[in-house]
Parts: sequence; C-alpha cells; structure tokens
Amino acid sequence: MTHCIRPLLLLAFLLSGFALSAQTTYPYNGVYDEPTGFYAFTGATVHVSPERTVENATLTIRNGKVESVTAGGTVPRGAVAVDLTGKHVYPSFIEVYGDYGMPEIEGGGRRSRRDGPQMESNTEGAYAWNQAMRPETDAARLFTIDEKKAKALREAGFGTVSTHHHDGISRGSAAVVTLAEDSDNEVLLKRNAAHHLSFDKGSSGQDYPNSRMGTIALLRQTYLDADWYGKKSREETNLSLEAWQNLQSLPQIFAVDSWQDALRADKVGDEFGKQYIIRGSGDEYQRLEPLKASGATFILPLDFPETYDVSDPFAADLVSLAQLRHWERAPGNVAAVDSAGIPFVLTADGLEKPTDLHEAMRKAIKAGAAPDRVLAALTTGPAQLLGISDRVGTLEKGKLANFIVTDKDPFTEKATIYQNWVQGRAFELKDLDNLDLADAYDITVGADRFVGEVSGEPGSRKMKISPAGDTTSTEVNFSESGGVLTLRFRPGKEGGFYRINATPQGEGYTGSGRGPDGRLVTFSATPRPASDGTREDDKKKKEESEEDRKPYASRLTYPNIAYGLPGHPTTRKVLFRNATVWTNEEDGILQETDVLIENGKISRVGKSLSAAGAEIIDATGMHLTSGIIDEHSHIALLDVNEGTQSSTAEVRMADVVDAVDENIYRQLAGGVTTSQLLHGSANPIGGQSAIFKLRWGATPEEMMFQGADPFIKFALGENVKQSNWGDANRIRYPQTRMGVEQIFENYFSRAAEYGRAKQAGEDVRRDLELEALLEILNDERFITAHSYQQGEINMLMELAERHDFRVNTFTHILEGYKVADKMAEHGAAGSTFSDWWAYKFEVNEAIPYNGALMHEQGVLTGFNSDDAEMARRLNQEAAKAVLFGGVSEEEAWKFVTLNPAKMLHIDDRVGSIKAGKDADLVLWNDHPMSIYARAERTYIDGKEYFNRTENESRREAMLQERNALIQASLDDKNKGGKTQTPRGNSRRLLHCNSENH
Amino acid sequence: MKISIKYPLALLLGLLLCTGVRAQNPTPAPQQREPLAVTGATLHVGDGTVIDNATLLVANGKIEAVGTGLSVPNGYRTVDATGKHVYPGLIALNSQLGLTEIGAVRATNDQREVGTFNPNARALIAFNTDSQVIPTVRSRGVLLAQATPEGSLVSGRSSIMQLDGWNFEDAAVLADDGIHVNWPNRNSYNWQTGDLRPNERYDEQVRELETFLQQAIGYCQNPGEGTARLLKFEAFCEAVNGNSNVYLHADEARDIQAGVLLFKNIGAKPVIVGGYQAYLVTDFLKRHEVPVILSSTQALPDSQDDAIDQPYRNPALLAEAGVDFAISHEGYWQQRNLPFVAGQAVGFGLDYEKAVQAMTLAPARIVGIDQDYGSIATGKSATFLIVSGDLLDMRSSEVEEAFIDGRSINLDNKQAELYRKFKEKYRRETR
Repeated sequence: MTHCIRPLLLLAFLLSGFALSAQTTYPYNGVYDEPTGFYAFTGATVHVSPERTVENATLTIRNGKVESVTAGGTVPRGAVAVDLTGKHVYPSFIEVYGDYGMPEIEGGGRRSRRDGPQMESNTEGAYAWNQAMRPETDAARLFTIDEKKAKALREAGFGTVSTHHHDGISRGSAAVVTLAEDSDNEVLLKRNAAHHLSFDKGSSGQDYPNSRMGTIALLRQTYLDADWYGKKSREETNLSLEAWQNLQSLPQIFAVDSWQDALRADKVGDEFGKQYIIRGSGDEYQRLEPLKASGATFILPLDFPETYDVSDPFAADLVSLAQLRHWERAPGNVAAVDSAGIPFVLTADGLEKPTDLHEAMRKAIKAGAAPDRVLAALTTGPAQLLGISDRVGTLEKGKLANFIVTDKDPFTEKATIYQNWVQGRAFELKDLDNLDLADAYDITVGADRFVGEVSGEPGSRKMKISPAGDTTSTEVNFSESGGVLTLRFRPGKEGGFYRINATPQGEGYTGSGRGPDGRLVTFSATPRPASDGTREDDKKKKEESEEDRKPYASRLTYPNIAYGLPGHPTTRKVLFRNATVWTNEEDGILQETDVLIENGKISRVGKSLSAAGAEIIDATGMHLTSGIIDEHSHIALLDVNEGTQSSTAEVRMADVVDAVDENIYRQLAGGVTTSQLLHGSANPIGGQSAIFKLRWGATPEEMMFQGADPFIKFALGENVKQSNWGDANRIRYPQTRMGVEQIFENYFSRAAEYGRAKQAGEDVRRDLELEALLEILNDERFITAHSYQQGEINMLMELAERHDFRVNTFTHILEGYKVADKMAEHGAAGSTFSDWWAYKFEVNEAIPYNGALMHEQGVLTGFNSDDAEMARRLNQEAAKAVLFGGVSEEEAWKFVTLNPAKMLHIDDRVGSIKAGKDADLVLWNDHPMSIYARAERTYIDGKEYFNRTENESRREAMLQERNALIQASLDDKNKGGKTQTPRGNSRRLLHCNSENH
Repeated sequence: MKISIKYPLALLLGLLLCTGVRAQNPTPAPQQREPLAVTGATLHVGDGTVIDNATLLVANGKIEAVGTGLSVPNGYRTVDATGKHVYPGLIALNSQLGLTEIGAVRATNDQREVGTFNPNARALIAFNTDSQVIPTVRSRGVLLAQATPEGSLVSGRSSIMQLDGWNFEDAAVLADDGIHVNWPNRNSYNWQTGDLRPNERYDEQVRELETFLQQAIGYCQNPGEGTARLLKFEAFCEAVNGNSNVYLHADEARDIQAGVLLFKNIGAKPVIVGGYQAYLVTDFLKRHEVPVILSSTQALPDSQDDAIDQPYRNPALLAEAGVDFAISHEGYWQQRNLPFVAGQAVGFGLDYEKAVQAMTLAPARIVGIDQDYGSIATGKSATFLIVSGDLLDMRSSEVEEAFIDGRSINLDNKQAELYRKFKEKYRRETR
C-alpha cells in the first residue's frame, strides 16, 4: 500500500471549515489526538449509487462522511491519499433483517403435551397477557457491539445493519447500527427503525397460540386492544400495548414462510390499515400476481437450496417434484420478482454465513437479476425502507463514509473485498496489494532458469516455482512492502534457499539477493503467456455463460407441485349427452338425459338438447351427478386445532387455508367439489369454519365459497375434556361433561351481556371471541357440533333453546340414532360417519344404521369424511346407507351432496342438478355409489378441474420432468456442487384431534 | 390369585345392567347335523374361477361336492340361491381383531408388547373370542382372521382364528403361523415440521436384527442344550428352520429387497406385509418366490408425486406381474370393509375373481391353511358365504348366511341389536 501523507493538516481543516473534533458526550482520557479521518481515494471506479458510476474517481471523506466524488480530481491538501487504481468502490451493503448485537434467544419454544399446559405468560411485569407479544422489545436497548459478528458481516461487504430481536409474534422495534467498533453510542444510528412481526411465537412456552390461525387471531385482537387502550380511560396499565401503539407509525416488517403466508399477513394488514413489508420466503416466483396486488415491498432471502443427492434411485423418491423444481428455480426468484414490478430489497438472513451472500447474489444475477438492481437492493433500497437514505446507501456528499473496496465487480465475478470502511474508519480485510501479478513468470536467478506460477486471490496469492523444463515445484514465500517484493524459495528438496528483493520493471520484476551459497545473485521475472493464450478465468467465464442459456427443465404450475395445472381452467360451455342424471330434485334420476352448462352455471336439463358452440361429451352409459360436498373436512389447512383454551371462537380457519395441498386434487378425483374446513375438537368452542370449493390452483382467498353463511365448530365429549391426553393434561377446564356444559352456559351469558352493552352504545372493548358467539345468538353464525353420546347431544340442544338459538348441525353424532326424534324436533341436522366405531369409549355404541335411523326420523342427514383418504370415496360411503338400514339409493346419494349443501345453507347454489345452479358436476363411469365407480371428470363453476385422461398424460409428463431435474442434479453433483441428503416433505394428515404439540 | 371386591354393590349393579340389555355375543354355532345343499348360485370358487348355476353339497362340516348339474340327495336342507352368490369365507390377514376392543381405552389394548424383540409373544393368548367387534365383522363375510401383534422391531407371533369360537383354543385354526418383523424405517417423520428425515439409527437397527437372527440360528441348532432356555430365540426356531412364515412388514422397494435377502439367506420363508412399492420389484419377488400381503387399497399415496390412485392400482399391478398376493385391510373393526377394499381394486383394473382369490385362497396359501380353507372344493372345510348380491360392492353386499366348518353362523351382532332397539323406540312413538 502506498501512503502519501501530506503535512499541511491544519490548513486543510481551515479550508474545509472543520475546526472542531467530533463532539461526543463522553470524556476523553489523555491528550485528544483523534485524527479527522481526512482521506482521498484515487484511481478507483466509484459506484456512487446504483445509477451513477465515476471512473478514475477521487473520493474524499472526512470525519466519517463523504465529502466528494469527482472524476479524476486532485487530492486535496491535508488528505491522506490512498491509491486505488484498478479497484472498485461501492457503498457498503445494508442488512435490513439482521440480529447483529442482539442477545441470544433463551429457552422456551413449543412445549410437548407431556409437559402439561402453560396457560399464562411467564414474562414478569405489566406486559401483554401473551408471552409471544413483545412490542416492548427495543433493539436499541438490547444492542451491544459484537466484534466477531461485526467482522463476519464486514467481510461480506455490510456496513450497516438494521437489527432486531428475532423472537415472538411482535418482536418490537429495530435499531440501525453501523459495523464500526468504537462505542455503542457512535455506531447506533437510529432507534425505532421498524416494527418487526412474524407468525412464529419464538421462545414463548405459553400454550396460546399453538396454531397459525391462533396467531392471526392474537394479532387482530392486539390491534383492537391497543386501539381501545389508547382511547379508553384505562382500567389497566399495559406496557406492551403502550409500546405497540408507539410502533405503529414505523415501517412494519412481517416475516413469512411461504407466498401463501405473505398473503395471509397482508390480509391482516389490510384489515387494520397497515401495509406490511414482507420478509419473504424465496418462493415468491410461484405466485407473482397476488403478491404484486398486495402492494407489499419484499425483503427477499438468498438461501437457495443445495442440490439434492439423488444418487440412490429409491432414496431419491423422497425428494418431491416440488422440491426439485424449487431447487432449480429459487435463484431466479429475484429476477422474477423484479420483472413482475414488485419492489424488493435483499437480505443475507438465512444464509449459513454472511459471506455466502456473494455466491448467492451472483447465482441470482446468473438467473436473470440485473446487477444494478441487486446493488440497489442491498444499498439504496434498504436505506429508503428504513428511512435512513440521508445517511447511508450511496456515496453522495454528506453520507456516512461506508464503503467497500474490491478488485472486481462482485456482482458478476468472484471478487475480493480488500477493505470495508465504516464511518470513515478502515477495516482491512485483505492486503490491499497493488501487485498485478501475472499467472506465470519466466524467472532467471543468476544462471538458473525457473518457471513461477501464481495462484490464489489477491491478498492471499501463492507462488510455486519449478526449474525450467521440470515439473517438480516448490512453494515460494513472498511478501510485498512499499513496492518491494521479498522472495524466499528452495528449488529442490535439498540444497539451500534463495533470498531475493525485487522491484517492478515493465511488466515484470528485477532485483538481486543471495543464493544458497550466500553469494549475491541477480533476479529477473518476466510474465509468460498462458499456453493457449487465454487466462483460466476467461475460460471459466465462457463455460458459465454457456450454462446461462440453459432453459429451465422444470415447469411452473398452479400450484407448483406435482399435479399442479398448467394454467387456471376456463369456464366451459359443455353439453353432456345421454347421461343418467341424478338431479336430487323432484325429477329424481333421469335416464338418457342431456345437461348443458355455460357461464359457470347449469343452464338446461332435458332430452335432446342442442347448444351452439358447446363442447359435446357423449355420456352414454355414464352417470352425471352434482359434486360431492364434504361437511367435515380438515384438508388444505396449515393447522386444525387452536384448542389451548376452552373457547377459541376468535380463530378463523379461512386464515389458514393451504391451497397447495395435493389432497385437494386427489379429492377432485373422488368427485368432491365443496368442503367445510373445520376447526378440530380439542376444545368446546372451536374456531370459525371455512367453506371452500376445491378450485385447484387458485389462491386460498379465491377458493372461498363466496356468500356462504359463517359457521363455527363446537365439540363435546372425550376430546374436549382431554380424556386421552395423558395425565399431564388435567388442568385446562373442562375435564368432565359437566364442565363442558358450564363452559357453554358461561360463554353465551357473557356474549349476551356483551351484545347488550354494545347495543346500549357503551364503549366496549371489541372482543372477537365474544363477537363470534354473539353472532350465534343473533342467528348470524351457525354451529357444527362434534358430538357422540346422546346425553351431550341433548344437553347442547337444551342449552341452545335456553339461549334461543338452534344448533345447526351435529357432526360425528354417532349416537344421533338414540335422539333422532329430539333432533328432528329441534331442527338440528346430523352429519355422521357411515360406519366408524370402536376407536374410543364414546363410540362404543355407534352403529352403521345411524344414518338410516336419523333419516327415517326426519333429521337432515349426511355422511362426512373427517379424513383425507375417505373423502376420496364418499360416494361409496353413501352406499353404506343403503347397505345398513335400507335407505333408497336416491336418498342415500343426497347424504353426500344435497343434504350437506342444506346443512351449510348453500343449497341454493350447489347440491343438485337444476338450471341456474353452479355447474359443480361429476361425470362417473358407473353407478356413482358402486365400488367400481370412478370420477372421470369433475367440474366446478363450469371449469374442468379434473379429467382422468389428462391426469394420466400429466403424470407421464411429470415423470419426464422429474427425471430431467434428477439428471441435472446428478450433473451438478458430478461437477462438485454441494449436495444435501434427500429429505422428504410428507404432509401432516390432519384429523379432528390433530394438535401442534 | 385372590380378587378382592371393593365395591360389591357397583359390581352387582353392573351385572344387572349387563343383563338388562343382551349385550352378549351370539352363542357359537353347533356342529353341522343336517346336510346342506345350495343350488342355483353363482359360485366363486376362490381359486380365480367361477361356476354359474352351481350346486354345493355340504355334510359333516366338509364340502362333499361342488359343480353344475349335481343332484341333491334326499335329506338335505336345500337353499335355493338362484340369483345369489356363494364365496369362500373371507380371511382377514394382518388384523388386530380380538386383540383390542376400544382403541383409546388402554385396558382393552393387547396388541403391542414392550421391548424391541418380542418373537415369543403370542397373539393367540390375547385373542378375545368375546370381543363385541367380532360379530360385526363376521356378519360382513370375514370368517377367519390372522390375529396379529404390532409394534417394535419384532412384534410377536400371529395365529389364524376362526371367528365363532368359545375360547382361543377352539377358535385357533393355526396357532403361531409366523413371526412379524417390522423392517426398520429408513426415514423418521417429524410431525411438527412435516419433514421426513433419514433415520440415523437405521444401519444400527438392521445390524441389531441381523445379530439377533444369527444368535437365534446358533441357539436353534441345539435348543436349550448347554444354555439356559432362551424364549426369544426359541420362538424363532420354527421360522429359521423354514417351518413357519416370517412376516416382513416393509413398504419401500429397498427394504423389501434387503429384508427378503436377509431372511432367504438364513433359510426362512419371508412374506411381505404392506408392500406399497412391491410393484417396483416384481421380478425380484417372483425369483425368490415371496408372496405379498398388500395393505389396504383404501389409503392415500405415500408421496405427493405418486400416482393419485397408486394404492387402488397396486393389486392389479401385482396380478399383472404374476406375483402371489393377498389383499388386507388395517385395524380391527375396519375388517368388515375388507370386501370393499378388494372391490376398490377391481374398479382399478383387477380381475374380479382374482380379487376374490386375494381374500380367500391366496391368504390361505400364504399362511398355510389352504388344505382346508380358502376355496370351495371337495373335501375342504365348508367355510363359505351366501350373499344376496355382489359381496365386493356395498350396493348389494348382504351376507345372508355364513358357515364355518359347516356350522351355520349367527350373523347377529351388537350393532344390529341396537338398531332393532331404537327402531322399536320410534315404532312405539308413532303408535
């Protein structure tokens, strides 16, 4: 490094108007001698901002700030001149999602059922009732310099970090700090830079929430509580709510795990007038349109999956097509997000170590991201996001002197970062060697000739030497100082060392030293051209760019997993000819009948219909029915039970619909078109149901059955009293059927009081739990009650009558046959299993004749699945009503179609074949209740979502695609790419009592 | 053992309640006295063939004759089965029927012993002939069941039971027909994350099994001589000598191959149970003459990428490849749906008679009772069903009569009784 120190410092200070040393509050021990840090960097290509680059620039900094960047400018008097000829200078990167300088997150986490419940928060003090809500966390207060981590981040090119404590649903505020190491006071640039949120309850061991919908409900209620707390004369002091309110004007950054989560978070934000910035998941490319519509800025991670080791053909089966696709396409995420016009910044969060950023960033660029956009996403983007553009992000005048010095363009080439300057202080990462060494030299020492080969990166270069015409080489020790090269080497295994000093001459070096015998020798080294005239680097580059052109082997489907559709199905005009039509209407089962669908609706039913432009399907010998409706399903859900409290009426299953569940497609293949996605049965008052159509490929929002009445799950019996949960779970109320009744009595009384207070215009705290219950009392929300034994069925009906409402549906209801008369009188429907029993004590008197007996007594009766497997063949289950109890086939068929539609109050739309109803139809190859029947085509809203013939060809194409990706993986492994052991991703099959414990 | 009665009054009340409703299983049927002729039936032999308009003659618990155009001797009770179907009694393999009564009530669970190696455990002993579940299964056509222990690396020994017995001794058709080994899982499933990760102990567990088998072989060369009697090794002697089956529970193709080789090498007779991926190694299975007891067709595919109807298709794939296989269904009460599990396979390409065979003669051969059971053939036990229609399709699967060893089985059960009871309740109300 060459330092040209100019002596006239004082004059320089005067000229620039700086007379004072930097002012601080803390005392200084000794004679003040901190220099002002006046530097001029010359000769480099300075990337002032993503938009502006100055070649051969002079960059001056003083007092930790940028003074100027000029093209070819002179070194001002008084500045320490640093020659950076041939180097690049970039504003250092800003980590927008760091945890630098934060304390470790301690203990806690999810508890297991064995531990028993933790009902209350363990946080001491007047804070939120829920341990996962930690808005009072103030990163600025927690922050302390961590030299080891600062170094690691600087090595990756970072100069500034917005840091926060990654713990909890509300994680409190972030602080912006630089990576200098002088004092905490100086590096802390900004307090309260952002409010961080997530769906992860972190170290909280408190039971609630133990589901995603519980988390979302907690967020909603917190917004409402804070609002109430701000307005109302306080009945309590709550430091968390106070902190929460103070955070609301900050940027709100929400961390998610998938594109679906991003939509979930955004929806909550919309409800409360918040536009979240989304800390994304890297799979955004899978569904760009709705993400763009969300209006969110994304913080994109760069932790791309490593190649799967698919060497063992059977072990490779573990890796799904979805995983292989993501492996191939993840690096292209940045480019995809950018070209969709979605604003984004980048984070190194999630990488194993910060320096992995460089390779990841180059991968993203190779996969199509623009280098200047990547630079912006690491500099100006984060600065704007955090409101610190006036201080960092570019090298414009007045900004902090936070920059890195590299040898090459780090976005396209493997570059070395020599120095990372933070607040005007240099952190040397590598020797700033100005040695522009060639790859090889012809060396003459005295009379001997050698060949010297140089390898490695600047700052860590190595040289080997071998006698000319010989290949045995030995290591050369060499160092450079003040332009003088010092070398030491021993050409053979034996003999003595040469010691040489050399200085540049022309392209090479000359000098002198002493030979093994101690005599003076002369030295010269001249660069030698590579054997084929090109440099290794260039060759590599060429290979890489050839690879660039390879198109993706993977498809992008809706959803992006096996059996995803190539696009969204379109509404068709179809004429089914000559089918046996199960109308579920007065007409009954019509032979040799035509059905026309158009515009998503059933248009006509009759004989010899004709319709211009309709696709004609010859359904001779086939059966056409309305789609199957599953009243009790738990597919396509992230979680089923909140269940941590005896009532969780506030949670909504619609918040956790998982549109990427393959069971949606499998059930379409079983003729299912609409399902009620229910909360589980872990507590007496469960969550709010989601009724959805199985619109495979759509977003969760698009799948919802629009306009359907709202429902809620209740549960009775063994599950809610935790009978089979082990001895540690005898704490949560209720533990008996006696307690179950009292829970209902209590909650409905409270809901009624809440309603009266609201009606009286009192300033009540909006309580989402009580509101859901109040809706029941007002006949605006309807109950599906999980139930088994006759006593509890009676209890709930009586209780409902006392509170003047009606139980809409009893589900499971395996002893419904014992009280069918009472149910009919009350007006409750029964949605049962065809033949399940004996799995627990309360089903010991369950009988397969249950459906028939309820039906005979005038109860609206249906069969449901509660099971992802059984739902695929509910048509067969309907036949069991014929087998056990002799229900007519026509009526039995309604058990899985029209009757559940009635239970869900959607029979004006679905459940039968009638002009004007939704074209949700299934074409069967056989009598639909026969064991041999297969659904050949399934339509929803007149769109074909399943076609058995296409399914076969799709599977064939999938196998080919899969193989292509496996071959590409093997190729990558052979090239020495890092691999990971195949790890499957098996879906959790959820039932009523599925728990997140 | 002395039983102390703490609450005599409660016990008395309990007894009274029990007798108040007839919550008892039907009395086992007596021996056949009167010879029987079934005429005009569509008779599914069980060996893959069918006889239309068949006559079946049964005397002394045995099948005297079966065929078309047979004349019925005098003194035979004749059942006109015109338009009806006759099938051999179904055999439910790999079942916990009789070993558990109510899944969630621990006191009723006797299918899972503790410890890694339990070859000595005998399901026979725990088989409860008075299980109220049994008559509900029997009334749907399942007349024999393999009472099968579960869990651990080696679960224990199964036995073949007929489902109309007084006690386990007279219910046993073949005691201790084989040992059940659960091949270690290569992957362990994390329920919270949904991740399927490699089981780090896999190799160790396989080695443990190998070591155990080597020890057993050594022991069985001189059982009990010079050493203490070791029950676990002793229990393996029949299996290592090839006299009883080794039921190897495995689904993955790799595990099927590794397990079969291990047991073939020691001279045992492996039978694959589960066999989800058996269709990938059919040549291997044929070469080693290993039959497969397929787990239920009514199941979801094992992975996201699999054919959506893979379990439905598996029987047809094995039939096409010529592998010997039986069809089974999970659990205990669920066994009454066994015929539909086979019917499902017919819907996805399996030949109908082959489906019948997969629940009758095929299982009988696999477990080694085919000299007496599994098909309707002269000289065999008269264990068969008369069904109003197609047994495999719930639309018409009404079992009208069932016979075990010629004994006419009472098809009533607790559930039918409850049905009648509440029919009566409502009949009274409308009167």
